[in-house]
Amino acid sequence: MKGSPIKKIGVLICHCGKNIAGTLDIPELIRGAAALPDVAFAGDYKYMCSQPGQELLKEKIKEFGLNSVVVAACTPNLHEPTFRKAAAEAGLNPYCVEMANIREQCAWVHQNNGHSATEKALQIIAMMVKKVAQNSPLFEASIPIVKRALIIGGGIAGMQAALDIADAGYEAILVEREPSIGGHMAQLSETFPTLDCAQCILTPKMVSIGSHPRIRLLAYSEVRGLEGYVGNFKVKIERKSSGVDWDKCTGCGICMEKCPTKVPGEFDRGLGKRKAIYTPFPQAVPNKPVIDKANCLYYKKGVCRICEKNCEARAINFQQEPQIIEEDVGAIVVATGYDLYSTENLGEYGAGEIPDVIDSLAFERLLSASGPTSGEVRRPSDGKIPKSVVFIHCAGSRDPEKHKPYCSRICCMYSTKQALLYKHAVHGGQPYLFYIDIRSGGKNYEEFVERAQSEGVIYTRGKVGRVYQEGDKVIVQGVDTLLGKPMKIEADMVVLAMAMQPQLTTPELRRILKITTDIHGFWTEAHPKMNPLGTTTRGIYLAGCGQAPRDIPDTVSQASGAAGKVIGLFSQNELPLDPMTVYVEEDLCAGCGLCVAACSYEARSLDPQKRIVLVNAALCQGCGACMIACPNGATIHKNFSRKQILNMVDVLT
Amino acid sequence: MTKLLYYPGCTLKADAQHFEESAMCALKELGFELQELERWNCCGTVFSLATDNTMFHLAPLRNLLRTREEGGDKLFTLCSMCYNTLKRANKLFNEDPEKNDKVRKAMYEEAIAYDGKTQTLHLLSLLRDEVGFDTLKNKIGKGLNGIKLAPYYGCMLLRPDGLGVDNMEHPRVFEDLIRAMGAEAADFPFRAECCGSYQTAQQPEIVAERTRLIIGSARKCGADAVAVSCPLCAFNLDQRQAIAARLHSDFELMPVLYITECLCLALGIEFKEPWKAFHYAPVDAVIRKMEKKA
Repeated sequence: MKGSPIKKIGVLICHCGKNIAGTLDIPELIRGAAALPDVAFAGDYKYMCSQPGQELLKEKIKEFGLNSVVVAACTPNLHEPTFRKAAAEAGLNPYCVEMANIREQCAWVHQNNGHSATEKALQIIAMMVKKVAQNSPLFEASIPIVKRALIIGGGIAGMQAALDIADAGYEAILVEREPSIGGHMAQLSETFPTLDCAQCILTPKMVSIGSHPRIRLLAYSEVRGLEGYVGNFKVKIERKSSGVDWDKCTGCGICMEKCPTKVPGEFDRGLGKRKAIYTPFPQAVPNKPVIDKANCLYYKKGVCRICEKNCEARAINFQQEPQIIEEDVGAIVVATGYDLYSTENLGEYGAGEIPDVIDSLAFERLLSASGPTSGEVRRPSDGKIPKSVVFIHCAGSRDPEKHKPYCSRICCMYSTKQALLYKHAVHGGQPYLFYIDIRSGGKNYEEFVERAQSEGVIYTRGKVGRVYQEGDKVIVQGVDTLLGKPMKIEADMVVLAMAMQPQLTTPELRRILKITTDIHGFWTEAHPKMNPLGTTTRGIYLAGCGQAPRDIPDTVSQASGAAGKVIGLFSQNELPLDPMTVYVEEDLCAGCGLCVAACSYEARSLDPQKRIVLVNAALCQGCGACMIACPNGATIHKNFSRKQILNMVDVLT
Repeated sequence: MTKLLYYPGCTLKADAQHFEESAMCALKELGFELQELERWNCCGTVFSLATDNTMFHLAPLRNLLRTREEGGDKLFTLCSMCYNTLKRANKLFNEDPEKNDKVRKAMYEEAIAYDGKTQTLHLLSLLRDEVGFDTLKNKIGKGLNGIKLAPYYGCMLLRPDGLGVDNMEHPRVFEDLIRAMGAEAADFPFRAECCGSYQTAQQPEIVAERTRLIIGSARKCGADAVAVSCPLCAFNLDQRQAIAARLHSDFELMPVLYITECLCLALGIEFKEPWKAFHYAPVDAVIRKMEKKA
């Protein structure tokens, strides 16, 4: 047996106030524990986790020369680190401390049966005594950290995270799929509740990103592969072929002026036109165009080349190939953002087929001074100024049966803002809002709703059942659930506050990053309350609407939080590794490779020369799946060997 | 000639005889022969939603059992209500073990036990999934080119979700069929609006108001006629135009045709004289127009 030949085990039993002592017979437990083999001391205290409790632990380790300790108290999830730290302070290896959970797994669930519960608690203690007797002292290794961060997504979340990390002195690589950073915020007109112009607060940040000495901006690029682990990731990034050599391009814009092909622009939600060679919007960063190969005449038919002829910098390169680059990074912030649920999904609202029924981002473009109508609200069908506009909240949200069960969180506020801005833009125009509840939780949000109400926005509590075209009107049939009466509005235009959903490319990225999403496709945080920025993979953090719907202030805060996590990680020179991992007994391993497939963390590989399995301790999470897969028992979990587990079972039989 | 086991239901033998006859004519032209179930009974008329009324589901299930007895696994229907009750009762039989048990026990005197495997097939599904609209279009050619029909679904074809022949909020099958016949499908917002259903027996004025609304909407869309596939909808939208006209002096009558009557015309089959007598709103003019096209 490894470790000290003579075992001196201490058992310390916690009352947890009345949580444990109210049900279990503590003196009986002490008597029972003291009689167990190798136990040199058994004692108790009212609150073991308190300062005096921890002092007691240290005192007894020294007094009895204990070389292993079992603390019988609550779940190890709560206080294992507490007691391990205390033991270490008394000179004991922290991995020789175990907890026996006699609270959650005993006292709490058997409150009316104290006698049997005491018996069970003693068995739990005996099991842990048996286990700890064969624990070995373990020592933490450490790994170096690459102090460079990867940020995926160049919306406001990714931009904020990149800026914070770069301002703290570390390098950041910002990867954006679209030709420009800015994300959805760049499409917005003004922002609630202050009515700041979105462009005015966003574009300066975009410029900072473009010019920051420590930020490497990779626009029109996508992450294609990821290997490695916290502190030492290797990432593969595809720089997509734009047909333009950006190093040569001066951003003069003549190519876009001369291009003869016009197509509906994505940035304007199809309401305005862009050319086949384009930047999404004039304030784009980088201010370099890309060629839309699906629509460019040269790529389609081999003719035209007008952009090439007019480019003085000779930057057009139709033969440009996509390029894969590899980068080493130590941490990753995933800020992939959202998209709107498609109006096609809502048959009752015209399934996207009525031209004057548009989604809320399209309406932002109509309100925006840089939009397709230069900020004049004109409806798509005939360009008339709508005299009445109906805003329908929860279009696809809060509808567990047919669509998305969740609240998209920002629609109440932006619909209010849009109604108000519409009223300011069209004098005499009447906005109507249909809502289920007004959710205005946020600083100055409720006041903003009050303001809209006082300025004549009509709020109706109720759902709209159907929207249809009749002549040049859009008829909205709904119900006012406060009056209990059906409603019919002959509107000029309808704006659907469509549900927010994660980017549709999330599943592909999930496969690459090997982090999880919930059933709706939003990234899952490591813990909803205590670790909302982390993921199940160390070193990968979350920011923005890819994790859940949220507004701009919350997104920026969360992005700064994620950046803070990265900066905290980078402030260390080396990263300690949890030693509770597995190792392979080389003599027993037959090199079958079953464990390689069983490992979810890619911590195992087959050594081609020795024909046995290698474990990457930095990747191993100590889950034990490999141990079950191994037919030879060659894989051994440190301090959780088969022998220890069987010994624990023996106690019960 | 493909034989289809056919369940008519009561209306097809009474007020909707022209529906049955026109369907048979059109389907024969498309290679299907309707073979009526030898023994059939009431479809149950209204699917019982009451939890303790399992016995009401016996009627539709018996018809499905007869299908199995006659060696079939598909039962073809024309009437939307029959389609709905048959299909829903079967779903209940297959998915609710408690009701399944109750129903089985009540059918102990039957020669064989029902296995839940009869599929109910509606005319529109048959034309879409088995004939195919492209095939139909090729066969028909120009067909009813220049005619605009307002497709009217009613409720029983589409609801509840998952049982209907198409997407409940945004159905397309009727429109696609009309286009396959060479006609134009009106973008008709009231195509799935309630016709008033059985209120027609107790309070026909309610139905007359629905009819005025629906027919009015079809007229605004520029339709030549409303095309229906449900006998109850047909009755309400057609016969109740009489009350609508009496209550509203500005109400104009509009012909209401079964989709099968339109299909006959598109396929160049003669519109039989006796069918006309079943219609309230005069159909002569629109039929002449359609015959000329086809």
